[in-house]
Amino acid sequence: MIFVTDYMILAVLLFSIGIVGVVSRRNIIVLYMSIELMLNAINLIFVALSRQFEQLDTQIAALMIIAIAAAEAALFLAVIVLLFRNRRSLDANVFTLLGQREQPKNDE
Amino acid sequence: MTNSILLPLIVLIPFSGSLIIGFFYAFYQNKIKEGAYSLVGIGSVLISAVLSITVALDFFKNESLTSINYVAFEWLHISNFKINVGFFADHLSIIMISFVTIIGTLIHIYAAGYMSKDEGYGKFFAYFNLFMGSMLLLVLGDNPIMLFIGWEGVGLCSYLLISYYHKDTKNVKAGNKAFILNRIGDFGFLIGMLLLFIYGGAEGFTFEALKANISTVPHAMLTAIALLLFVGAMGKSAQIPLYVWLPDAMAGPTPVSALIHAATMVTAGVYMIVRFAFVYNLTPDVGLFIAYIGTFSAFFAALIASHQSDIKKILAYSTMSQLGYMFVAAGLGLYSGAIFHVFTHAFFKALLFMGAGVLIVSMHHKQNIFDIRMHRTLLPITFITMLIATLAISGIPPFAGFFSKDAIMAHAFASGHYGIWIISTITALLTAYYMFRLFFTVFFGVIEKELQKVNKSMQLPLIILAIGAALAGLLNLPHFLGGENQFSTWIDTPDKAIHISIGAEWILTVFNIILSAIGILFAWKHFGRNPQPSNAQSSINNLLLNKFYVDEVYDAVFVKNIRRLSYFFSTIIDVRVISEIIKQSSSGYFRLGVITGRMQNGNVRFYALYMVAGIIGMSIYLLEFL
Repeated sequence: MIFVTDYMILAVLLFSIGIVGVVSRRNIIVLYMSIELMLNAINLIFVALSRQFEQLDTQIAALMIIAIAAAEAALFLAVIVLLFRNRRSLDANVFTLLGQREQPKNDE
Repeated sequence: MTNSILLPLIVLIPFSGSLIIGFFYAFYQNKIKEGAYSLVGIGSVLISAVLSITVALDFFKNESLTSINYVAFEWLHISNFKINVGFFADHLSIIMISFVTIIGTLIHIYAAGYMSKDEGYGKFFAYFNLFMGSMLLLVLGDNPIMLFIGWEGVGLCSYLLISYYHKDTKNVKAGNKAFILNRIGDFGFLIGMLLLFIYGGAEGFTFEALKANISTVPHAMLTAIALLLFVGAMGKSAQIPLYVWLPDAMAGPTPVSALIHAATMVTAGVYMIVRFAFVYNLTPDVGLFIAYIGTFSAFFAALIASHQSDIKKILAYSTMSQLGYMFVAAGLGLYSGAIFHVFTHAFFKALLFMGAGVLIVSMHHKQNIFDIRMHRTLLPITFITMLIATLAISGIPPFAGFFSKDAIMAHAFASGHYGIWIISTITALLTAYYMFRLFFTVFFGVIEKELQKVNKSMQLPLIILAIGAALAGLLNLPHFLGGENQFSTWIDTPDKAIHISIGAEWILTVFNIILSAIGILFAWKHFGRNPQPSNAQSSINNLLLNKFYVDEVYDAVFVKNIRRLSYFFSTIIDVRVISEIIKQSSSGYFRLGVITGRMQNGNVRFYALYMVAGIIGMSIYLLEFL
């Protein structure tokens, strides 16, 4: 028998894998996949809870998330293509334009 | 009291003249002719002179009129402390403004000729008028604060005018020197004034109120006040030890020297002492100190002057020497005698400087008397007028200097200060010697000299001043010569009365004349035919040629040490201590900034991590604490 807590544990595992993926991987496509993984972990929670309490509201929310994720995927892939065209690279460490360039010196 | 409105006008007209000239010089420098500048410059001083004489005539006509007052407006009013912008004239200030404006006008006319074709013509007249205005403010102010404003204005203008030829660093340094030494004196003056205010200013801070309340000041404090005020006079009137600026002040154009030495600036110190006569009458010890400083300054300057060969330097030292006489008189309580010597000295010293200016211009700007050496027939007017001035300064009757100087020395003798008397008598001999040394050297040379033409406007003032230098002394004929001391009686200063028998006075006078004659003969013997500049062979000559090395000593003792001190402050204290404290106290913030700056590295993955950390933090907070 599969209980709702088992779904929850799976969802937490998936979400954690997603976080570790976002933080530790450098490939932007993998980053994107990790983000999608986190989204779907949440979806899984929604659907599991919907079944547990026999209500449809949360399933609607899950469907909405899938729709938005699809739109987001289109945008995200387009951005990835543009990024690759600009720098010939998909390494996330390359794209630090907004960061502080170099260490300031303490000379009054 | 009808004409009291004239007092502020006398002061304001030169000031506004200066403003007008300065404005046009600043904005339309090249479009305005020299004539326009000199018209405004001379005109404003001339109007002041006319107004001064008008006021003076009022005083002459009305015997009972002792002083007039004009309060323009209230400047400061803090509880019962009040400072008015007020003008005040009594017999003393009337005498001062009359001769200051008259001689000032003549010097302005002379300057119009002397300065022609100078590129800074307008600027020069702006400064000149400012100078006159400051001096008149100094004389006419009705409280010490107003006097001090004029006092500082005079100091500022002397700085501006001494370094007038500012393209030469030497001149700028001379201006700085004058300004800084005057500041030292002014510091003393300021402290003295503050003490006077604290102890005697409760009932008002005008000269009249101070005079009425002076007895409330404790005696020890009064002595300090008197001394500190005299420190101011030392700086302004070039007495030992603050005199070293005066010879260097010769860096300015010659009319400036004439103005500084004759009508304005250096006489301010003497005037101030006489104005504060009510303080000095209560402190005879300080008076004696002043008299001794004056005596030694006179003697010292005369010694140096007899070995110089720059015509303007000789005259500068002679000014210092004559100022010494004035302080002898003021210190011993003969205030009217001091002012009378200021008065006669103004005529002959202005004349000497203007004559020197004519000589310098006509000899193509040479200043060494042995280079100038020419024949008297080449410049007859200059020759005769300078002869009168030289006789006057040497104390030969009936010229002006004789009467004023003789009165001072008779007073010194009669008051029993024989040391002062002996030294000032020797100084009189030296004066005759060094002045005629200059005169014989310059006018008894060869006839073949090429002269540069001298402007007409430089000749006329010489003649007028020569008349003054010859006759001004007759205004104060002493009793034993059948006069009535009109000048001294009229000026009405609180003199110390000293009685001296007519016989003694005759003896002293004849003695002085004989000494002066000896000085002249001595000068003729050495410099009449074949003058030679002093050589540096003997050690005494060397000492005198180098002005007793006073400049060098001051340089070693004060200037170098102060420079070392300021170097120490700028390199050690400022850089190593103060900057370091600031740096250390700010470095904690700086390091914090570096660390937080590192978080902002632009890498998306780190941002995601922060976000997760934030969410975790918030979740813990929500679960645990709510």
